Amino acid sequence: MALDKAEAQKVIVDQLEKKGKSKSKFYLKDFYAFFPDEKPRTVKNIVNELVGDGILEYWSSGSTTMIGLKGAGKQAGAEGED
Amino acid sequence: MAKHKTPLLDQLESGPWPSFVSDIKQEAAARAKNVKGLDYQIPADVCEDLLGILELSYKDGTTHWKHGGIVGVFGYGGGIIGRYCDKPLDFPGVAAFHTVRVAQPGGKYYTSAYLRQLMDIWDLRGSGLTNMHGSTGDIILLGTTTPQLEEIFYQLTHEMNQDLGGSGSNLRTPADCIGSSRCEYSCIDTQELCYYLTMRYQDELHRPAFPYKFKFKFDGCPNGCVCSIARSDLSFIGTWKDAIQINQAEVKAYVDGQSPAGGGSHSSRDWGKFDIQKEVIDLCPTKCMAYVNGELKIYDKECTRCMHCINVMPKALKPGKEKGVSILCGAKAPIVDGAQMGTLIRPFIAVDQTMDKQLSDFDSEDEWVEYLDEKYADITEFVELVWDYWMEEGKNRERLGELMIREGLQKFLEKTETDPMAVHVQHPRTNPYIFWKEDEVDGGWERDIEEYRKAHAR
Repeated sequence: MALDKAEAQKVIVDQLEKKGKSKSKFYLKDFYAFFPDEKPRTVKNIVNELVGDGILEYWSSGSTTMIGLKGAGKQAGAEGED
Repeated sequence: MAKHKTPLLDQLESGPWPSFVSDIKQEAAARAKNVKGLDYQIPADVCEDLLGILELSYKDGTTHWKHGGIVGVFGYGGGIIGRYCDKPLDFPGVAAFHTVRVAQPGGKYYTSAYLRQLMDIWDLRGSGLTNMHGSTGDIILLGTTTPQLEEIFYQLTHEMNQDLGGSGSNLRTPADCIGSSRCEYSCIDTQELCYYLTMRYQDELHRPAFPYKFKFKFDGCPNGCVCSIARSDLSFIGTWKDAIQINQAEVKAYVDGQSPAGGGSHSSRDWGKFDIQKEVIDLCPTKCMAYVNGELKIYDKECTRCMHCINVMPKALKPGKEKGVSILCGAKAPIVDGAQMGTLIRPFIAVDQTMDKQLSDFDSEDEWVEYLDEKYADITEFVELVWDYWMEEGKNRERLGELMIREGLQKFLEKTETDPMAVHVQHPRTNPYIFWKEDEVDGGWERDIEEYRKAHAR
């Protein structure tokens, strides 16, 4: 059965908030672990949609991309990008 | 007078080579003069402050750039790299100094009008500094501020029909040689294949999809002018399956000195009479050639497509007629496990030479893409098998080549549905063990013990 976006969003937000005390940015592969029965490609598509919806945001070093809840972490405030 | 004193940078200009310091100073002076009267959208002294912070980095022996950023353009997860300095009060011009990666045109063909249009945008909305080209091949625009990113993106896409390139854990901007557009050696239309895969994999190019970066590069022939074999996770190299085409009369013309060897590329001094034995036959790495009684013979089965004989005698020798691509996997620069060249996985995937229709032969681009879907189906099938495996098994920040080493070639062949073959073996018989799987053995592992005991006492 296809992964429901609303349900997936709830799982992702819950998991990121739970882990948010120790870190604010996650690798794409970390999201695969939230949905062990789904294909990585399916999870990737939902994560990217949630970025488009403004729930998540990318952080990029230039070589690697990480993903976190929008506004989480220090950088946006520190760089005046709020 | 310069805004910052830069004695250490000034010294870099004293060497024999053109200096990037001189380039930045030149741009700083041009921006200060502002002959065109531009209403600069980022600080006019951005280049001065760039020199200042670089000088400070040399003095302090450490970088003053922070690592990464959250900025981008809407809908894209690549193409923009956020850069901030940690001395924004001392160097306000480079407080934010983001990089924009612009996808380079196929074969890097430009018109001067295109370059002028690009620079008109960049002089107004950025530092005016560029890097032509980055290692991946992109046009790199160095240094702008966050409010300018969407403006630049809008102008690039709407006024220049020009897309951003890839960065981060995305498919990076595919790069190709000029291919058959100008090169007689090319065995494939590199620009068609590069463009097709770029369009097919737009989502992977613009949004993070993988554990780390992933690069495609396309060489039209084994001369490898874009060096895909060393610079890309999937290297596509045009090749041929049948025999090298020989024109014996032209071979004789080279031997008799009527045609200059190497297309005359070494004619600036007298190297003496062309010696086919010394300059071609003896240099063949597999010794598969001979020149006997005025006739050139090639044992093509042994040829490893080094291209030397074809390069030296291009009028006499041409690649074969049955053309396609070799695909090599896993090349990368050092970080983990050191630098790696690509491993040859698929020696030959045929590309149908009769499928030579161009975009202009179709009513729409969609119809053309459908045609290319069919033409390159074997290639895309392989690409997606590789990605499925890497997305599933690759660790965070693990390149494909590192995964291939960690899990072994046997696993990679299995996952990419590739039958093992002799070309996969680099050193025969260094490992005496062969591990068979049950489904590879007639009868499997189960045996009839009663039947066995009839011939073997306990």
